[in-house]
Amino acid sequence: MEGETSQVIFYLLSFVIIVSAIYVVTLRNIFHSALFLILTLFGVAGIYILLHAEFLAAVQVLIYVGAISVLIIFAIMLTSQLANKEIKQSNEQVTVAIFVCAGFLMASLGSLANTVWKLTENPLPEDNTLTIGRLLMNEFVLPFEVVSVVLLAALIGAVVLARKEGA
Amino acid sequence: MEIAGIFKYLYEKLASTGLSQAWVDIISYSVAALIVFGFLAVVALFLVWWERKISAHIQQRFGPMRTGWHGWLQTIVDMLKLIQKEDITPATADRPVFYWAPIVAFVAAFMAYVTIPFGAGLIVSDLNIGILYIIAITTFTIISLLMAGWGSNNKYALLGGMRSAAQVVSYEVPMVLAILSVVLFAGSLSMVQIVESQAKIYQWYIFRLPFGPIAFIIYLIAGTAESNRTPFDLPEAEQELVAGFNVEYSGMKFAMFFFAEFVNMFTIAAIGTTLFLGGWQGPWLPSWVWFMLKTLALVFVLMWFRWTFPRLRVDQLMEFSWKFLLPVSFANLIIAGWMKYSKWFNW
Repeated sequence: MEGETSQVIFYLLSFVIIVSAIYVVTLRNIFHSALFLILTLFGVAGIYILLHAEFLAAVQVLIYVGAISVLIIFAIMLTSQLANKEIKQSNEQVTVAIFVCAGFLMASLGSLANTVWKLTENPLPEDNTLTIGRLLMNEFVLPFEVVSVVLLAALIGAVVLARKEGA
Repeated sequence: MEIAGIFKYLYEKLASTGLSQAWVDIISYSVAALIVFGFLAVVALFLVWWERKISAHIQQRFGPMRTGWHGWLQTIVDMLKLIQKEDITPATADRPVFYWAPIVAFVAAFMAYVTIPFGAGLIVSDLNIGILYIIAITTFTIISLLMAGWGSNNKYALLGGMRSAAQVVSYEVPMVLAILSVVLFAGSLSMVQIVESQAKIYQWYIFRLPFGPIAFIIYLIAGTAESNRTPFDLPEAEQELVAGFNVEYSGMKFAMFFFAEFVNMFTIAAIGTTLFLGGWQGPWLPSWVWFMLKTLALVFVLMWFRWTFPRLRVDQLMEFSWKFLLPVSFANLIIAGWMKYSKWFNW
């Protein structure tokens, strides 16, 4: 893609992401917040496509939109007395939260500024799904397997929690 | 006659006019989107009529007979009627959500066609993540069902939407595993490469024993469940839920849900054709004719299911997915992996 076009698309996507992210935290209706969260995550998938990370984009949509957001919406739907209720968005710990958030922001900005980004002049591999697969199975096989074990533990934990007493 | 050549010729004409590449891309993709949209509109109209005829003949009736030859104009007339209907929004509805739900359903159904190869060279864009893209983008269908269910502020709609989403989420797992066994064998996620790996009829994945037919059957069952059709039509079980998630919708918005439903069924059949039945490959006839023939045959099977099977209960539905289909598809995936690794049956 040409530089200018991709820049225009980048700004459009960023606008969508930032605006909908603000809506996620400011809207009073929690179902609407969840829908804007979906839009935010979808916009991030668009950024991935712009970076030629198509596999990541598809996985982003599949997992965040298809699974996690659906889970959130289910939780909203199954919580009684939540429909059409205006929910209070802050509690008495608001000052503490501001400090924690500011600290987190500083930490992430600092790490962003201090990271040396590896830039390469070489063209990207044509089939980067293949490259990701290779890397996951060779170089990063241990973290990959550890993540699966964590997921399995979460699954078993969910089953144990959901099981009725004595059943 | 191959029609891919016509599009290629037109594209070259466009490219030689001296416009910049960005404009050529924008124009050619817009035209492709319009063509696919027109094609899907015709397909949806045809499928509605076909479904009514098939259901009628299965039940020893004639179905629509009055408008045109064997009633072929019926759906067009119905569509004209739906356009004229008043567009009602319930007073207590969550207005923006109610308004956007059919649009999301419509767009999600339509977006899958970016990577479906209708024939040799007849594909909007051969993404190298092809099938994964389709699986990802169709998850928006779930969101639209939940939006419709919630936005209508109606208990039947809410229950229908939730049942539907729960069902789609649980059947997505065996479906993806069945697709994965094909992807594993083809060694690519690209739809074109998957089709090209089944050039001879004995190379079609449905004929690659023993994993192929099992994967195909799992795919077909899960596909029936994903498109909310009998025997898995609990989300719109008329006797319990009136019509499910779309009960409050009328006029054009209802028509959009209806359109999305039939397009989704065609998508299921088209993916099944591409992955298991050799896609556009076939002798004598042009490639797009083969693709349409195979896809319509699969659509016919789906319709046949719908009118001859009784509906499952919710607990049976979930048990069938998690306790039967899921283990079978995992075992099948292991067999496929072993076959690929041991070069056994590596035609």
